[in-house]
Amino acid sequence: MNFHSILFKNKIELIHEAPSFFVDLNLEQVVNTIIYGKEEYNLKPFFYTSLYDKDEIIYRQEIMKDIESTDLFNYIKRFTQSMQGMRQQLPNTKDFYCKYQKERFFLDAVNIYCDAIKSLNENLARANLKSSGFIAFREYLTNYIESINFTSLYNETKKLLADLSSIKYSVLTKDLKVQVVPFNSETDYSEEVEHTFDKFKREAEKDYRMKFEYTSFMNHVENAILEGVATLYPEIFKNLDDYCLKHANYQDETINIFDREIQFYIAYTEYVSKLKKAGLKFCYPKISNKSKDIYDYEAFDLALAYKLVKENNPIVCNDFYLQDEERIIIVSGPNQGGKTTFARTFGQLHYLAAIGCSVPGREAKLFLFDKLFTHFEKEENLQNLRSKLEDDLVRIHDILQQSTPNSIIIMNEILSSTTLQDAIFLSKKIMEKITRLDVLCLWVSFIDELLSLSEKTVSMVSTVVPEDPSIRTFKIERKPADGLAYALSIAEKYHVTYNSLKTRIKS
Amino acid sequence: MKVLLLYKNDDFDLKQSLPWNERELIQDLELNILFNAMAGDDDFLFDVSRKSILLGLKNDLDTIVYRQNILKDCLENPTVIRLLYDISVGALDKRKIGWFGVFSRYPSSILSDSTRMMEIFVDILKLLKNFADENAGKFQSEGFNRFFTMLQNELTDTYFEEIQNHLNSLRFRDGILISYDLGKGNKGANPKLHKFHSKKTSWLRQLFTKRPQFFTFYINPRDESGARALSDLTNEGINLVANALAQSLDHILHFFNQLRTELAFYIGCLNLRDKLEEMQAPSCFPNPMASEERKHSFKELYDVCLALKMKQKIVGNEMNADNKSLVIITGANQGGKSTFLRSIGLAQLMMQSGIFIPAEYFSANICGTLITHFKREEDITMKSGKLDEELSRMSSIVDHIIPNTLLLFNESFAATNEREGSEIAKQIVTALLEKNLKVFFVTHLYEFAHNLYNNNKMGKAIFLRAERQTDTSRTFKLIEAKPLETSYGMDVYNKVFGGS
Repeated sequence: MNFHSILFKNKIELIHEAPSFFVDLNLEQVVNTIIYGKEEYNLKPFFYTSLYDKDEIIYRQEIMKDIESTDLFNYIKRFTQSMQGMRQQLPNTKDFYCKYQKERFFLDAVNIYCDAIKSLNENLARANLKSSGFIAFREYLTNYIESINFTSLYNETKKLLADLSSIKYSVLTKDLKVQVVPFNSETDYSEEVEHTFDKFKREAEKDYRMKFEYTSFMNHVENAILEGVATLYPEIFKNLDDYCLKHANYQDETINIFDREIQFYIAYTEYVSKLKKAGLKFCYPKISNKSKDIYDYEAFDLALAYKLVKENNPIVCNDFYLQDEERIIIVSGPNQGGKTTFARTFGQLHYLAAIGCSVPGREAKLFLFDKLFTHFEKEENLQNLRSKLEDDLVRIHDILQQSTPNSIIIMNEILSSTTLQDAIFLSKKIMEKITRLDVLCLWVSFIDELLSLSEKTVSMVSTVVPEDPSIRTFKIERKPADGLAYALSIAEKYHVTYNSLKTRIKS
Repeated sequence: MKVLLLYKNDDFDLKQSLPWNERELIQDLELNILFNAMAGDDDFLFDVSRKSILLGLKNDLDTIVYRQNILKDCLENPTVIRLLYDISVGALDKRKIGWFGVFSRYPSSILSDSTRMMEIFVDILKLLKNFADENAGKFQSEGFNRFFTMLQNELTDTYFEEIQNHLNSLRFRDGILISYDLGKGNKGANPKLHKFHSKKTSWLRQLFTKRPQFFTFYINPRDESGARALSDLTNEGINLVANALAQSLDHILHFFNQLRTELAFYIGCLNLRDKLEEMQAPSCFPNPMASEERKHSFKELYDVCLALKMKQKIVGNEMNADNKSLVIITGANQGGKSTFLRSIGLAQLMMQSGIFIPAEYFSANICGTLITHFKREEDITMKSGKLDEELSRMSSIVDHIIPNTLLLFNESFAATNEREGSEIAKQIVTALLEKNLKVFFVTHLYEFAHNLYNNNKMGKAIFLRAERQTDTSRTFKLIEAKPLETSYGMDVYNKVFGGS
């Protein structure tokens, strides 16, 4: 197989803007956290571009599984860090470095490049690779290293470095006169002085050494000294000149692309491992673009989980499944009970699956959608009731227009801006259309009447602690929207149930 | 070069932490009176006295004897020792005048300050060497012999000459020669300073004569940034040597500081001895025994702090408690029980730090550590609160007990009725004895004392009583006797309230 990209089996057009549902699902926040510190690689497009082909997803899943092995992860990480180091080492042409210094920076950069590639190749040879992507890359790398281009680059670099680092010289200064002279082995005078006072020596309490920070900058005195050194070793410096001309374009394009693209996996793996440390589970979902039987056990919202883990707070996981004719999950129950979080989770899971990532959960099967739509209520639009309702309906209309049976629709507390009767009426209408579309849908709603509409709907309810309904469990459970149980438990808490009232009310 | 006048192999470290119960020991044994007597009005002497005595509890037998012998030398030659102390104090005064290096950041100024300071210290070292040559013969102890021999061996004329050579070289009259490796970015790396004299160093001259075209350039006198760049390079090159010299100076200062500190202990002892002689109060070098042994015998042991406070010789006690682990002291109020207990604690501390003892004769095993549990008079809370405090204090004491600890209890656990107090005291003391610790216990708890007396089949305990003369005047002498049931509180009452 010919290797061209570690992210794509076939060429795919990258999307450079965040999908419209990113904000609703808190995915923008998730992605920003994932790529934090890796801005130089411009990873966002990789997270914005979802895959529509099962093979592409499996290509990535395999690679992601490979990279989850600590050894391979560390090899790759070390490689990309070296490449980063190499780029920093490359002289910036705008800077007014002295020629010999600029050339040396270039040489050092090439050296880092050579070593990084060599050691990556050795490490990959040792690694137990299973993904077709990595295996193809390994083959590419081996061929590259054996090429005449690379071997001559490598040998010349090492030779020149050895020559340069063997250079020693002395500088004799007196007042304003500076002489660069050959090094003649002489004893270290600092040691001599120290030795004289050895008899008083004890553990030093104070270090009088001044810290001289290394800066790549060279002032004109240092410049002049380096010129002087070059006159002491003319041949070596001539070779350095020639080398830089010859190897100006030493970097391999495919490897450069790999260096960027592999960051997608590194970033996600690092992110996931932080959550795994807190005991959360991730799995590679089974993907289908035909069967709408889906499930995920112990799922959770990535954005919320990341925040809670950082604060050392517990995370509540939830299960869901749809089977046979079931298509629509209606989520109801007390407010602040985790309904919105559950809706986000549902969307996140499907999106992550569609970009080839592992997803929160112990075990999952998810649907490969063609389009994902979200419609979350936006509080800030509440100022005008009529236009708000209109906005809602326009948006829903658009969604239903664009949806195919292979889409996913997630709606959160819509139609709250109208009367209950209107809301029931509109909801029923919308539900009919969704049912007819046979589309997968999650709908957070306060309207119980939706449940009885078809065999395609499933009810899930956010739950409370029975003894104290003011305590949320953040568990969303598949059960009938039994509004009464909730109301009764509150009644019991305030001793206003029938039995309580019978006892409390004296005849 | 180490002073080693307090420990055979170690420096005395003023910064080490004191025993956890420092505060209790000072309060219960009224140690500040002792420290003040040793220090006069000198804060430094006070500090050294306090720490050396409290830290004495850690000393082993060898160290105690080592110090005793040095102290004997000091007592023989007080004037010479005070003179030596003055030299060390003087050296450190010079430091305050001249040592600016500590404030500077630049190697070049650190180096020039250090060079100047080093010249001053070389003079003081020479003074010390001459002092050793003149006085070494007057001392017998191992510690002083080693010290003076060290000075004579280490501070030779050749050595002083070597230092002088360095101080001359470090003025760099012929220029500064620094070698480099070609490092990162082709900048000079690992600068190393080399000794360079244009007249003496022939190889360079040879090179110059053969190849006069060596790369030479001059910084224009008006090029300020060039001059700064050059001085940066020079500073980097002399960084290590400046550090070496400045640190060496610190080390020499430390030597003088150490000398001053360790001598301060003996100066304190000299001061104390002068005070005791003024009062014609006796003192003797004790006979310390191994910590596992159970020895405690003495003649005319008195509370040195009480004597210092009253500025007169006071009545001492006699005891032979060899092979005993428990000493129970009962008897008349104001009969000298507390004073006796304090004299036990003070003697132990003084013996273990190597000082003479306020007694005619004293011999005891050294203890692992010394712990006091004295009734706290200032606690005027409710009875239960007070017992609570006492037991809580006992609990933290238990955390710090090590083998062969000596514990001094003064009317402990009496903050309840006699039966309960006795039971608590009995349980505690019995446990301590079974752990093979040594206990002195002043008590009014008759049931407790009597119970121990009746069960003293192994003869591990000895019972002392504050003696009462029939005319009710106190002798302040303790005798070995069975505990009695009354503490003569009536006597005291009568005395205070005018009697019948």
